[in-house]
Amino acid sequence: MKTGLIVFVFMAMLIITASCQNDGQIEFNRFYSNGSVVYQAHCQNCHGAKGEGLQGLIPSLTDSIYLKNNKNTLACQLNNGLKGKLTILNKEFEGEMPASKLSPLEIAQVLTYVTNSFGNKLGTINTDQVNADLAKCK
Amino acid sequence: MKNTGYIIAFILLGCGCKFNDSTTKTLPIYGNKEPITKTVNGKQVTDTVYQTIPAFKFVNQYGDTITEKSLNGKIYVADFFFTTCPSICPVMHRNMLPVYNEFKTNPDFRIISHSIDPKYDTVPVLKKYADKMGIAGNTWWLLHGNKDATYSIAKSYLVAVQEKNTQENYTHDGYFILIDKQKRIRGTYQGTDPAEVEKMSADIKTLIAEPDQKAAK
Repeated sequence: MKTGLIVFVFMAMLIITASCQNDGQIEFNRFYSNGSVVYQAHCQNCHGAKGEGLQGLIPSLTDSIYLKNNKNTLACQLNNGLKGKLTILNKEFEGEMPASKLSPLEIAQVLTYVTNSFGNKLGTINTDQVNADLAKCK
Repeated sequence: MKNTGYIIAFILLGCGCKFNDSTTKTLPIYGNKEPITKTVNGKQVTDTVYQTIPAFKFVNQYGDTITEKSLNGKIYVADFFFTTCPSICPVMHRNMLPVYNEFKTNPDFRIISHSIDPKYDTVPVLKKYADKMGIAGNTWWLLHGNKDATYSIAKSYLVAVQEKNTQENYTHDGYFILIDKQKRIRGTYQGTDPAEVEKMSADIKTLIAEPDQKAAK
């Protein structure tokens, strides 16, 4: 009887731990797959299906170091657009990215997609994070 | 006796197929066509006249004047774009790049991209765009010109372009139009679709190999 209880508790703990991990994974998957739809609709024309950009005109999205260093301002870049000089993978770009009309949720989704595709791996960027980042936009 | 007839019919059919196979592949000719009757050596001859691209005058990214004469003896691809286009243009020119790279060493091949936003896309702006795209030499011309002239020549290429609408956007088709040395339309391809652009590359090779095109100067 006692052994049965121990086994039961052990099993329960196992299930809870597994489902916790799954919650994070589920959130990531949901953001990532929705983000890919947002990307196709709003970003892919310019940045390309593989995030490759376009020659010297449009920067690629494959600069993992840039994305990591600017993780907290990416939401502002999408929300307000980007103008002026930018160095991506040691290449200088000068142009303008128009402000997107995306909601904070969509921004979170597409950032999760971009920062975990094309060789990038930054994990989930969720809506709370995006809202916090947007509040600090310059 | 009846069977023999069938057999002969089959053989003839077979020959027909074979003949079709062995003839060189040619591309269709698009646009309006009109029959005209003229007198050659005292005989009445009916000929088909195809729609051709009319005379024009634009300026390229180097500031050189480009007219229809600049394209005499050239097979070329035309499209319409503007440098600040946020929608389909980057895709079109991303897809055009492999075509440029494949045929840039062919002296009888050109690409012309008409800007539909001449106010912003001045010659220096077009030059900068070309530099950033990695376009050099005279294979790919970015053309600046009078807006009316650009919009009216678009119609000759069967391409629809429209002025700025309420959302401050220009709208235009993303077609690539293939023109032969006789200035006739030989193909139209959706420039935003990599598969169609690949077909265009294959068609350009077919067109270059056509006896009519080899002979034309």
